Amino acid sequence: MNVLSVRDLNVKINESHILHGVTFEVPTHSVTALLGRNGVGKSTTLKAIMGLYPSSGLIELNGQSIAGKLTYKIAQDGIAYVPEDREIFASLTVKENLSLATRDENDLERQELVHALFPELTTRAAQRAGTLSGGQQQMVAIARALVNQNEIILIDEPTKGLAPKLVTEVADALGRVAGATTMLLVEQNLPLVKRIAQHVIVMDQGRVVFQGGPENLHDPEWVHAMLGVSGGHK
Amino acid sequence: MDTFLLIGITGIGLGALYFLVAAGLSLIYGLMGVLNFAHGSFLTVGAFVGLWFSSQVMHVSNTWTFIGAMVLGGLAAGLFALLVERIVISRLYERHIDQALVTVGIALVVGAVLAGWFGSDLRLLPTPSWFINTVSIGSAHIPVDRFLYIGVALILLLANTILLRFSRIGLVIRAGVENRQMVAALGINVRLAFSTVFFIGGFAAGVGGVLVSAYSNGVSPLIAGSYLIYGFIVVVIGGMGSVPGSFLAAMIIGIIKQYANYYSPGLGDFVVVFLLAGVLLLRPQGLLGKVKA
Repeated sequence: MNVLSVRDLNVKINESHILHGVTFEVPTHSVTALLGRNGVGKSTTLKAIMGLYPSSGLIELNGQSIAGKLTYKIAQDGIAYVPEDREIFASLTVKENLSLATRDENDLERQELVHALFPELTTRAAQRAGTLSGGQQQMVAIARALVNQNEIILIDEPTKGLAPKLVTEVADALGRVAGATTMLLVEQNLPLVKRIAQHVIVMDQGRVVFQGGPENLHDPEWVHAMLGVSGGHK
Repeated sequence: MDTFLLIGITGIGLGALYFLVAAGLSLIYGLMGVLNFAHGSFLTVGAFVGLWFSSQVMHVSNTWTFIGAMVLGGLAAGLFALLVERIVISRLYERHIDQALVTVGIALVVGAVLAGWFGSDLRLLPTPSWFINTVSIGSAHIPVDRFLYIGVALILLLANTILLRFSRIGLVIRAGVENRQMVAALGINVRLAFSTVFFIGGFAAGVGGVLVSAYSNGVSPLIAGSYLIYGFIVVVIGGMGSVPGSFLAAMIIGIIKQYANYYSPGLGDFVVVFLLAGVLLLRPQGLLGKVKA
């Protein structure tokens, strides 16, 4: 069973054709990694799914079309989005950031999950989010996605720009929620992808060029050919 | 010293009127990026509804009539602003040139319709008898209506602060000022917040319209013109989207303008424009505005 189906997704921005017929599926209760070099359209794909970019093609959530819907309705349907640059509300406190994102104040289970995953956010509840470190801001961004019972979470490069220790913390948190939720994860950090992803999609120049299991990530030649980086281990 | 005090308090009263016009403009631009040149027509609609209530419905000039005129004028202007947002502006988000053209058009149409209906002459707005009284501070005699303008502005500032700080819609508005797309990505209908902001802005302008009419001794379709210009100046100096910034800027402008006009008649407008230029050069985000990342 697939939570998300994307078929023949095309995005044009200012006459530039960014996505060319992108097609893939995200199975339920799995982590699907969306990989590729910089600028191949991974973030654009997530934004198009969220309705943040105009697009053509078919996007289905649990078999229901969400293409053309307004962004807030797509989110209400159960798609959470953690953007690449976190986009936390800097002038609001940590508590206000989470409160704003919470759709059901009575869902104490989700709130407890967030507090258990990120206890630091509880102690910093009254602090303005803009004064947090990069890692703490990332925790707020991920926590905002986890405070609701969503069908799928789209996460764009959650470890980008973080210190190694914080990368481990964020990776641990994602690892803990990975089994309980469905994720479409854009990430350059291959060790993290190998650790939590069950499916891999590779994009190149706005197209999907590979879909399959994560086994190939252990093959350095495949990794170099597909992603242009070293990192595989035979 | 008494004259100095008199001019100072009169300046604060004038600043209060500027704030009532600027508060809505600031929120509307800060949250939605809409340059709303129709804002003056909200003020005019509020003034005319206040006039209609005072002169056609109540037939008596007392405190309750004036309060009723302010409330009704504010509600009418708020509803008119809501209609403008729903019917026109909501179709033009992100189309800034079209917004400017359409809102200028609305302002012209509203002005022309009211002028055709009521004429362009100043029509006396009934005010309570105590409006002509003065309060003695030292040996300075301060017109009592100035304290009303200051009081209403303070109430609006307080109400705005409470709404923005302690309510869910206020939280959405504050977040929306920072990042509209992300608010929508959290599943929140930002447009509801937009409509609320338009209503609040229109309400403040409508109340301001009644008070400006009392200050100017009458209602006219042309009354909004200079106040709208000052409203924009207040918003720029105070910082886009910052209501406290608008309050601070309005007070500074009102006081400086009054002193400049007293000590060098006719120089008030020049000094304000000079202040505007200085703020734009030294602190382009305004006194309490935030630099957009």
